[in-house]
Amino acid sequence: MAEFPSILPAAPEIFLAGSALALLLLGVFRGDGATRLVSHLAAAALLVAAILVLGHSGGRVLAFDGLFVVDGFGVFTKTLVLIGAAAVIMVGQGYAERQRMDRFEFPVLIMLSAVGMMMMISANDLIALYMGLETQSLALYVLAAFRRDTQTSSEAGLKYFVLGALSSGLLLFGASLVYGFTGTTNFDRIAAALVGVPRAEVGIIIGMVFMAAGLAFKVAAVPFHMWAPDVYEGSPTPVTAFFAAAPKVAAVALLLRVLVDPFGGLTDEWRQIVTFMAVVSMVVGAVGAIQQTNIKRLMAYGSIGHIGYILLGLAAGSEMGVRGILVYLAVYLAMTVGTFAVILSMRHRGRPVEDLAHFAGLSRTHPMMALVMAVFMFSMAGVPPLAGFFGKLYVFLAAIQAHLYGLAVIGVLTSVVAAFYYLRIVKLMYFDETPVESIDRQDDSAVTVVLIGSGVFTVLFFCFPVPVLSGAAVAAASLFAG
Amino acid sequence: MAGWPILSLTTFLPLVGAAFILGVRGDAEVVARNARNIALWTSLATFLVSLLLWLGFDPAVGGYQFEERADWIPAVNISYHMGVDGISLFFVLLSTFVTPLCILASWERVQHRVKEYMVAFLVFETAMTGMFCALDFLVFYLFYEAVLLPMFIIIGVWGGKRRVSVSLQFFLYTMAGSLFMLIALMVFYLNLGTTDIPALIAQGPTLSRTTQIWLWLALLASFVIKIPVWPVHTWLPEAYSEAPIGAAALLGGVLLKVGGYIFLRFSIPMLPAATDILAPLVYALAVFALIYISFVVFMITQAHGSLKKWVAYATLAHMGFGYIGMFTLTTQGLQGAVIVLVSYGLIAVALFCAVGMLEERAGTCQIAKISGVVKTMPIFAFSTMVFILASVGMPGTSGFVGEFLVLVGAFLTSTWLAVLASTIIVLGCIYALWMYRLVIFEKSERADSSSLRDLNLREVAIMAPLVLVILWIGIYPDSFIHETATTVANLIQHNQTALAQAGSISVALH
Repeated sequence: MAEFPSILPAAPEIFLAGSALALLLLGVFRGDGATRLVSHLAAAALLVAAILVLGHSGGRVLAFDGLFVVDGFGVFTKTLVLIGAAAVIMVGQGYAERQRMDRFEFPVLIMLSAVGMMMMISANDLIALYMGLETQSLALYVLAAFRRDTQTSSEAGLKYFVLGALSSGLLLFGASLVYGFTGTTNFDRIAAALVGVPRAEVGIIIGMVFMAAGLAFKVAAVPFHMWAPDVYEGSPTPVTAFFAAAPKVAAVALLLRVLVDPFGGLTDEWRQIVTFMAVVSMVVGAVGAIQQTNIKRLMAYGSIGHIGYILLGLAAGSEMGVRGILVYLAVYLAMTVGTFAVILSMRHRGRPVEDLAHFAGLSRTHPMMALVMAVFMFSMAGVPPLAGFFGKLYVFLAAIQAHLYGLAVIGVLTSVVAAFYYLRIVKLMYFDETPVESIDRQDDSAVTVVLIGSGVFTVLFFCFPVPVLSGAAVAAASLFAG
Repeated sequence: MAGWPILSLTTFLPLVGAAFILGVRGDAEVVARNARNIALWTSLATFLVSLLLWLGFDPAVGGYQFEERADWIPAVNISYHMGVDGISLFFVLLSTFVTPLCILASWERVQHRVKEYMVAFLVFETAMTGMFCALDFLVFYLFYEAVLLPMFIIIGVWGGKRRVSVSLQFFLYTMAGSLFMLIALMVFYLNLGTTDIPALIAQGPTLSRTTQIWLWLALLASFVIKIPVWPVHTWLPEAYSEAPIGAAALLGGVLLKVGGYIFLRFSIPMLPAATDILAPLVYALAVFALIYISFVVFMITQAHGSLKKWVAYATLAHMGFGYIGMFTLTTQGLQGAVIVLVSYGLIAVALFCAVGMLEERAGTCQIAKISGVVKTMPIFAFSTMVFILASVGMPGTSGFVGEFLVLVGAFLTSTWLAVLASTIIVLGCIYALWMYRLVIFEKSERADSSSLRDLNLREVAIMAPLVLVILWIGIYPDSFIHETATTVANLIQHNQTALAQAGSISVALH
């Protein structure tokens, strides 16, 4: 009799999947009246899962016959994903209630996609990778079209679905080529097949390129970014917040895992692709945002720019680069969740507003909110001593260590351009006169909690950087050890 | 007293004041009054604390004093390290001395959102002081960039008509510049494994000559924008004429001197080979700036332009002296450079405050529209005369001491350099005295100054300390030069040793 496989390493995933199903049943039996309860329980379950993830001590553990891996890298990124998802559920609830889109499926779908993301991060095999990715994506397609009675949301859902399916196709095609040329789907064995080979076969390289392209779709790196602005704008704002936060972290983590683990032997080959995508993402992210008047579109271009900086760290191809990326992701998550918490509470006479013009004079009508928003904007622009600066510092440091001076200079120049549009929001809030149409009072306590949490993290990161920095260092080391 | 972290106290005391101001509640009138008072008393207390530095400073000790060190990011060998030497001591004192004066200068000018203004001002003081105390490159960079945030808000909210575009221009220009410094910082760190300034000074000279030159140019790029040097100076007069007067005074008085401080703290000791090679570039830029900017000021005077612009450019013109002095690497030149930077800092603050007072009364700062104020404002006319004479280097004022020492240093290096540099003395006299005559003495039908009242007690309290310190430096400079002597001697010796070693290595290779 075959030995029953140890399921302990996957305990957080199993717990989360189980609680998602339990909450689904709860919602079905109690109806939409239980949405608030389901929502709170979902956030709690995500946080409990995060604690379970953090409970993993000890090095790299393989499970399920080498399909599934738990290591320091996974622990760090999964924690970020779970915290991001929980924060989005908290800030989204009030908005959903006001918009009468508070259905119990919303938190459940977020939980299910979080399960997919955790699977992605822990994938140690091409099949496991695809399973995780699709679990995540299916939930996300539904979320994008969550307000199915509005045209923009349906359009966003459809657009995301079609392009997402295309990218999954690219990824699968690449995976099949890799399998065909190496004879295995296991990451460790693919890596072993590439060791000591002076020139890898073209088939493997093409497969790797297709997989990288498919993953670039998921992180919205240029030239695979076209869906991002439309989907960000069209989806309901809590969903946009979720897109910008958790799936981004998970997809970046997966990209890192795939390029560093199985394709570590092809670093020189993929560095060219990553370098190109980094440069164009930084430029498009910076230039594209200048003309935007919708805050969600602006955030979409902003996130494309952030992906550019993350890829800059990856282009270094070193442990230092991965460490920088992980720091960047942690900081990015806090800033993004905080910014969206502000956007979610922007409403005029009960209706949500997304136009930049509504930020005008915010510092007079809502001084605290304006202050927090200004902190996030300065941090996104990378102004020290705020957290965003440290994210940039570490990826630039890695790029310079790898002698990518040209790339670092482009990064510096685009961050000045990016600073321009972030400052424009500060300018609107602080320098412009108060318009007649001021926005309503913010009275959502969950939003306040998230705003305080992310704001304090952003401002005081420089006082206590050690937990995040050393966590990222351990995580990066574990990725390279594996 | 030795155990007290005086530097951290000096740096962060203004933040405590800012926190108190944030807590002030009540109706607008009360809030404004309390905010002003808290800001003033905090900055005065900060100044008194910083005086302890001067009292406790031992000029015979060569290294850094009042050092504080705490682990910050131990994994990558970066720590919170503060300390002052004979050079930075006076920059710290300059910042803490002029901040209360600038707060007084904004006392009645700023009428709306006083609370926020004072908070921004105190945050600005923390960043400024911290910059001069920092002994870790990363800590320095944090403070250096943090200066931008309050200044951006101050110009954008309380500035003049074109405040919005000017504040953006100010921010983006200076941010672009300082990011090059960030790259230099990272190259230093990756090559030498530390960001500790004393360690970088000790190990920096071991870098190869090419690396040194690139680093030197990256540092230069960061402050040709911040100081600024022609042709990237265009943001400066704009920023100064749009900024509220207290902020303009701080920009011109202290922030403009940071460029010189970076040269003294980073470029010269850390990159001696590059300094040796590129010194002529600095001379050329400085001499060009001296002459070019003098002509600009001349044109402004002739066209009866804005006094704010006049002061902005006039204070800029003399900065060239500081740079020439430093790069001669002579005792006289370096000591003169420190005095020049400090004394023009004071003069810039004084002149900006004076312009502010005129503008408050006449409602304009066009030269053409103000004239003959000596009749109605004798105290003002007298104190401004001291500042103007100091700016043209009249013996007995601080301006003379600095210029004299720098010229001695320049003569020791090259006669031509000294001759070219001394043209500013003549050019400066022409435009400064001409402007003074137009505004103070000349009688014009177009401008009626009979209704202008003389300085009140608050304004005398701004002018008097500045006049006294400017005369003190002029009459008894030894109390300042004395403190810098050991540091300057060490710096020169450090560079000579480094160059000799580099020379012997290259000789051995041949």
